[in-house]
Amino acid sequence: MKTFSVSKAVTALMLAGLVLLPLYSYLSGNIFILTLFTRIVILALAAASLNLIMGFGGMMSFGHAAYLGIGGYAVGMLAQEGVGSGFIQFPVALAASAIYALVIGALSLRTRGVYFIMITLAFAQMAYYVASGLARYGGDDGLTVYKRSDFSGLINLSNRTQFYYLCLACLFGVIFLIWRIVNSRFGLVVQGLRSNEQRMQAIGFPAKRYQLVCFVISGTMCGLAGALLANNTDFVSPAVMYWTRSGDLMVMVILGGMGTLFGPVMGAVVYLLLEEFLSQITEYWALIMGPLLLLIVLFGRGGIMGLLGRVGRG
Amino acid sequence: MAEPLLRVEKLVRRFGGIIATDNVSLDVAAGELHAIIGPNGAGKTTLISQLTGHLEPHSGSVSLGGRDITYLPAYRRCALGLARSFQITSLLLDFTAADNVALAAQAHAGTSFRFFANARKEKGLRDAAHAALDRVGLADRADVLVSKLSHGERRQIELAVALASKPKLLLLDEPMAGLGVTESQGMVKLLQELRKEVSIVLVEHDMPAVFALADRISVLVYGRVIASGDPDAIRANDDVKRAYLGDQHVVTHHG
Repeated sequence: MKTFSVSKAVTALMLAGLVLLPLYSYLSGNIFILTLFTRIVILALAAASLNLIMGFGGMMSFGHAAYLGIGGYAVGMLAQEGVGSGFIQFPVALAASAIYALVIGALSLRTRGVYFIMITLAFAQMAYYVASGLARYGGDDGLTVYKRSDFSGLINLSNRTQFYYLCLACLFGVIFLIWRIVNSRFGLVVQGLRSNEQRMQAIGFPAKRYQLVCFVISGTMCGLAGALLANNTDFVSPAVMYWTRSGDLMVMVILGGMGTLFGPVMGAVVYLLLEEFLSQITEYWALIMGPLLLLIVLFGRGGIMGLLGRVGRG
Repeated sequence: MAEPLLRVEKLVRRFGGIIATDNVSLDVAAGELHAIIGPNGAGKTTLISQLTGHLEPHSGSVSLGGRDITYLPAYRRCALGLARSFQITSLLLDFTAADNVALAAQAHAGTSFRFFANARKEKGLRDAAHAALDRVGLADRADVLVSKLSHGERRQIELAVALASKPKLLLLDEPMAGLGVTESQGMVKLLQELRKEVSIVLVEHDMPAVFALADRISVLVYGRVIASGDPDAIRANDDVKRAYLGDQHVVTHHG
């Protein structure tokens, strides 16, 4: 069908670009671009995880950056305590995120709509202040990770290219999982609940349990992004959990296209590239970025993916 | 006499000072089609909502097959064999007709905590969905998004969704609402078929349809059952005539 071909072609191009990027970086000698894209890929992973609850599940979480912090602090705190093995750091990061998501989700999912947005925001801000109060781990100033996670020779995270491909593999893995999930029995129930909760209850589905499990899966995925992010910056601070970071993630999802598989990746790439290049041109880059986002949201309902779909239709 | 399939006893529900359901008692025997009629605002939908678990009564009880379900949540009642259609069509608009029905089948076919296999390729669920759609005459619309279907077709899907959960008792809240004459006749014909397989509680405004279908009729006025009996008895009942004709007198006076 032609309708899908434009967005499919653009997606394929973008993915090919992401895979070949280290080659370009090597040939052109531009190391900076690899660093930039490592960050983009990690945040794309976070945005994809948010999209699972927000786009497919209809749960507008405004506190998703908390998981970036939890995953990051798990790595940073363990490293500071002398546990450098990634085989311990990463599982701990995922488990901590899952437990946080379980508790926050169980409380937040009692509410709906605006209240859900507010309560997830409030919990994330609590996590932010708790992290600020961790004097042993740098408090407000954050925590330097002196040594990246050690995967005993399997993969070297200090090697830019290897680390980039690790992040990209994690992103693709998570998107593959999301693809399987949204088409599974569980995924259909979650999307049904987004569409019409009353109807789903009437045909025999208890809403909350499915939404909670989805919330936990999403949080765990974002915890992985957090663990990678701490390795990427060799640093973790309360700032990664600040509510504006949660807002950034939401913007990426909405910009790319909620409820589409590759929309969040597209959103992350476009948003972070724009931020990067606009901020080089002018200090007041947000003045250009803001209206641009407005235009895309106003006229490109369904984000970039929606826009491309319509271009395909002519 | 055997235990009725559905027994409602002295149900009371208030909204502020208004008693929307006033000591309602009724029962539905297995295999019966029991119609509930009444003028607008008589509390029919309030009553149905308490039967399905979307609203809690203030007192009284509801039991299904001898089991007290008064305070059971909607999804548990559904598992016990109670299915409903909504007065105002309530479907998953961004899903296809087949998806809507297959989800209802899925709710009654093992756990839905399966994360990996493609549910749209589960033959059992798809077959059940197509069978139910076929039953209501929409087999050829299976893969159309519900948002693209006509009002009449959506009413039929409401029914297919309810059927797919293989209910013992079907609660139909105005299945004829908003249908044209031909569509209504089709729906009556369909209900005539269905009633051979499943017990039905029918709330409906369309009087010819009700009198053609019902084994028993209960008349609800201001939240109270003023009469209950077979269609002939209801037709002859003076209170019922007053309730319906009384309304009409008011209309004529104003006119």
